[in-house]
Amino acid sequence: MQTFDLAAQGLRALNQTLHGLNGTTNQTAWEIVNPKGSHAIAVGLDAPIDVTVKGSTGYYCAGMNKQATVRVKGSVGPGVAENMMSGTVIVDGDASQYAGATGRGGLLVIKGNAASRCGISMKGIDIVVHGNIGHMSCFMAQSGNLVVLGDAGDALGDSLYEARLFVRGSVKSLGADCIEKEMRPEHLELLADLLKRGEADHLAKPEEFKRYGSARKLYNFNVDNASAY
Amino acid sequence: MCGIVGLFLKDPKLEPRLGELLTDMLITMTDRGPDSAGIAIYSRGKDGHAKLTVQSADPDRDFADLADKLGKAIGSHVRLAQKDTHAVLDLPSDRLEAARHAIRDIAPNVKVMSAGEGIEIYKEVGLPKDVAARFDVAHMQGTHGIGHTRMATESAVTTMGAHPFSTGSDQCLVHNGSLSNHNGLRRELIRQGMTFETQNDTEVAAAYVSHKLKEGQNLGQALESGLDDLDGFFTFVVGTKDGFGVVRDPIACKPAVMAETDQYVAFGSEYRALVNLPGIDNARVWEPEPATVYFWER
Repeated sequence: MQTFDLAAQGLRALNQTLHGLNGTTNQTAWEIVNPKGSHAIAVGLDAPIDVTVKGSTGYYCAGMNKQATVRVKGSVGPGVAENMMSGTVIVDGDASQYAGATGRGGLLVIKGNAASRCGISMKGIDIVVHGNIGHMSCFMAQSGNLVVLGDAGDALGDSLYEARLFVRGSVKSLGADCIEKEMRPEHLELLADLLKRGEADHLAKPEEFKRYGSARKLYNFNVDNASAY
Repeated sequence: MCGIVGLFLKDPKLEPRLGELLTDMLITMTDRGPDSAGIAIYSRGKDGHAKLTVQSADPDRDFADLADKLGKAIGSHVRLAQKDTHAVLDLPSDRLEAARHAIRDIAPNVKVMSAGEGIEIYKEVGLPKDVAARFDVAHMQGTHGIGHTRMATESAVTTMGAHPFSTGSDQCLVHNGSLSNHNGLRRELIRQGMTFETQNDTEVAAAYVSHKLKEGQNLGQALESGLDDLDGFFTFVVGTKDGFGVVRDPIACKPAVMAETDQYVAFGSEYRALVNLPGIDNARVWEPEPATVYFWER
């Protein structure tokens, strides 16, 4: 375990050190202390390393992550794991707005609540939230899976493409073109795997969730809707 | 952008440190807006006394005989304490309104930053660290305070365009965001008797809240009404003599983090602003919900 003191050594030195490992294959464990809400901690990693942040972070923690496992022992600011490609990001606390935005792959786990716009425009990432999510989550989400053990805010899945949304609690309102869909055996199987990987299989069962997806009515321009534009 | 910080103390033991804590929080938010900075500090007033905080671009000229002239005009003793471009005029509470009016004739170049029994507002163009140092904010005591660092979008970078805006006795408001219906609302408020110093959108929000309070609403009700009547992006933090309120618009894209302990309620545009507060590691930290009014009153 190598320890990096962010308050003493600075953000640029941290990210340069971690980028120095990009492309390597040796497993390395890192611990970052004194994050003090700093932005852009552990962004752009591209190696199978294990990074633990001991405290809360600011904007864009673990953004663009590839391969690495980043654990945050606190809460994260806006844009955690934004555009993640692969790897795993686990947040023990809450996440601010647009968690996992545009993520293309990998797994984002938030053990507290996520604020508005969670998974906005996601393109393949899997997101598991143990608590609740805020309004406009999964807006224009294209692919990937969102699992929410708690409740969802207003306009869930507005203008959704092919992402699958699983919510256990209530949904305040569904966005345009987002509908509840039948939960088939393959979805229960998928959900069981996501709950397990999201460290939530002891908290919820797949059967307790409802599935939401796209009604696919907004995919093409419909002249009957012309007056709505 | 713009950065906001706020601190409402529950534990009087922290009151001697209010200015120091708030200054540290505000300097941390410098990256969010380097144009200008301002701070409102509320302290326990002296019975029967009120304070008028004023500003001048030429303080040596304007402040030299201001206390004497104002004292004569309102028929009572006025004491002036200068801090850089600002001065605090101490006078009897029942002469506060008279003094506010008189100062326009006596010293037309002097701008009133705030008026009330507890409030003092200091604001200038420049970085938070420089503005705080000029007014020695770090050594100020008080019960609650609000700070703002500005990245201007809706009006010029001037002293009067800096936040906090105060449009009523012991009231102030700071804003991160931009309003889109402020011109129409300003005209409406002018018809209702409110006055304005700038073309700034935030001043309209401040005057709106002041107007609602004047109509008899409490701070929470005034902020609830604002959710219906103000259009645009906003995270507001509002101060009154005994209260502290927070509200975000329904879209809530302007960031906000709050922390509460037995000793205080704190607000920051980012968590970074809160990290040096005493006991923060054990505080309840949360993001205020969209379109939800939070307020605390003593």
